[in-house]
Amino acid sequence: MRKIIPIIFTLIGLSVIAVTIAQARDQLKVTGSSTVYPYSTVVAERFGKEGNFKTPVVESIGSGGGFKAFCAGVGVDHPDFTGASRPIKKEEIELCQKNGVTEIIELPIGNDGLAFALSVEGKDVNFTKEQLQRAMAKEVLWGGKITTNPYTKWSDIDKSLPDVKIEVLVAPPTSGTRDAWDAIVMEGGCNKDFIALKGNKKKACTEYREDGAVIEAGENDTLIVQKITSSPNTFGYFGYSYLIANKDKIKAAQIEGIAPTVEGIQSYTYPVSRPLFLYAKKAHANVIPGFNEFLAEFTSKNAIGTTGYLFKVGLVPNSRETEEKARDIVANLTIMQN
Amino acid sequence: MNSKQKEILMRKRYSAEKRFKFFGIFSISLAILFLCILLFNIFTSGLSAFFKTKLILKINFDEKKLGINMNTPDEAIKASNFNEILQDALLNLDLLAPDLKKIELIDIVSIDATYELKRFYLQNKDQLNKIVEISLTLSDDLDQLYKGNFPRDIPEDRRRFSDFQLKVFDEQNSQNKIITEFNFSFFKNADSREPELAGIGASLIGSLLTILVCLILSFPIGFLAAIYLEEFAPKNKITEIIEINVNNLAAVPSIVFGLLGLGVFLNYFYLPRSTPLVGGLVLALMTLPRIIIPCRAALKAVSPSIREGALALGASKVQAVMHNVVPLALPGTLSGTIIGLSQALGETAPLILIGMVAFINVVPTYPIDPSAVLPVQVYLWSESAERGFVEKTSATIIILIFFLVLMNSSAIYLRNKFEKKWS
Repeated sequence: MRKIIPIIFTLIGLSVIAVTIAQARDQLKVTGSSTVYPYSTVVAERFGKEGNFKTPVVESIGSGGGFKAFCAGVGVDHPDFTGASRPIKKEEIELCQKNGVTEIIELPIGNDGLAFALSVEGKDVNFTKEQLQRAMAKEVLWGGKITTNPYTKWSDIDKSLPDVKIEVLVAPPTSGTRDAWDAIVMEGGCNKDFIALKGNKKKACTEYREDGAVIEAGENDTLIVQKITSSPNTFGYFGYSYLIANKDKIKAAQIEGIAPTVEGIQSYTYPVSRPLFLYAKKAHANVIPGFNEFLAEFTSKNAIGTTGYLFKVGLVPNSRETEEKARDIVANLTIMQN
Repeated sequence: MNSKQKEILMRKRYSAEKRFKFFGIFSISLAILFLCILLFNIFTSGLSAFFKTKLILKINFDEKKLGINMNTPDEAIKASNFNEILQDALLNLDLLAPDLKKIELIDIVSIDATYELKRFYLQNKDQLNKIVEISLTLSDDLDQLYKGNFPRDIPEDRRRFSDFQLKVFDEQNSQNKIITEFNFSFFKNADSREPELAGIGASLIGSLLTILVCLILSFPIGFLAAIYLEEFAPKNKITEIIEINVNNLAAVPSIVFGLLGLGVFLNYFYLPRSTPLVGGLVLALMTLPRIIIPCRAALKAVSPSIREGALALGASKVQAVMHNVVPLALPGTLSGTIIGLSQALGETAPLILIGMVAFINVVPTYPIDPSAVLPVQVYLWSESAERGFVEKTSATIIILIFFLVLMNSSAIYLRNKFEKKWS
């Protein structure tokens, strides 16, 4: 027993040291969306490899969670950057301001498209948003009345669609990917009369059917890729980077006649596209070492440009003007206007 | 009851016994079958991660191109650029390559290749101005092709590498310039977004540090708590409530402890985020009830005659417990602790909230350095889109299973070795 007491004291001592060390920080901290994570990590790694600064720590906790951590305050205990697969919301800006994070820098870093994909062995298909909504919703308008979804095959919805059972793998409700899909496809493709009958509540459009045709597959997109590879008539949706990393096994269906390609996503002619952002705290500029340099690396031609290294891992670049604008913002550390 | 009825009854009993046996064997073999499928799956997809593919390249360490000479200090060498000599060597692979294809030639090797050259030169400075054959890590796409994880006989636009790269690769392969070697860097490197460079070095050390912190905290506290509760505490309402709470805590979902850690250790005590210190603290809280319960069971299993004998010979209560009961209960408490820790080793959920689910590129040395742990590495890699991470994920699981088996079998070994049999 006598041996244990000094150990406990050493540990208490260690924690005291830890607290003192935490006061100064020489390592950048990035948090936020799991969609932006693959890109921020690549930048972080290259940034660290150059040898002037430590490799930043990049967490993957989702866009919403990222803003919560980002807006919690200014100082070394709070992250410097957060990635997001959607623009910051008004409530989040208010939260930031309440906690003293008044100057936020917003950087457009690129775009992502959600691919509605199937195994390469399946047939090429073209869907409209409405057809997708009808196939996946819990309730649809049928003969002027609201009924539980009656469709079992794609061809029941439209003769031009394949004569196979409807089976779609979806992300869980906590995922930002699902939020984007719901906003664009489920709400966008929803029948107007249906919304009216539901008392103008768009929420009803985003309820997925529960009879086994729509399967919740968990947060892991790699798993969805594996599952649709093994059964050729099953569809699933996920970010563009998963499509290009697995293009030997899967291919994307067209939506409204457009395939998810770099051009289609960049110009937003492909309907299910979304912008990606990096948010930075101006209060940390020139305080945390490497802050300005990291932003410069992230927005460099070498990174987010049309042939940059982020393009190779699946980031769909912005137009040249937006790219230039991002560099301007970094050069002047321009804060966003609300 | 005549003899016939007896016989029927007997037969019924026998067949009931047979049925019971059959169900038992059936469920065990089903469990073994699933385990085998799981292990087979993991091993077949994970073993290739222990090897890496390299390209032997003739490099000319030209002092003019490097801008260094024999007397250049190490610092200046580290700052100099080895990219040019690397690109020259790669472009030499196909001198007729059109300009547009040149970038594809350069992409054949990993982005780490220029640093590999630098490291080689720092150790072999006499090679200046000489042409040397050096093996460099291939890019992950070609590595996966060579290992057979990526098909080659599909149209070019569905592949991750071009026809041209494939042609160059085949040429080099036919000249025996493509080699496979044991992937030491997998055990040494930290996480990376390039699958061919990614390793478990950082998360392995992170796991060890976390478990160490967890052990240092949870074992003494848990052990002493168990001794007090079992041997000294009066049996009344309060101890009863404590006992119920301990049992309850053991069943609390682990993510709740993560929330507690976030609220107390990070937001109140301002301990550094993403560190093994906080991870260990959180896991210690989680492990405490799981140590207290088996420790109490082990103490309870010690025959009362030992205690009473010691007391009868005039020992005080503390002496009886510390000198007689605890040594006999030690094997049981040790194995309980080890099993509790092996559970902590496999935990990810409580670590998400304290920031350990993160990309960390540096191998930690102290418990206050940012770090990931093995199960987190599995989680992060299984989420990654790149093909090269599939084998890495399985390989990490193999390592994790290896450590779990090691810990659990050491628990059994310790118990068997030190256990005293009573007759």
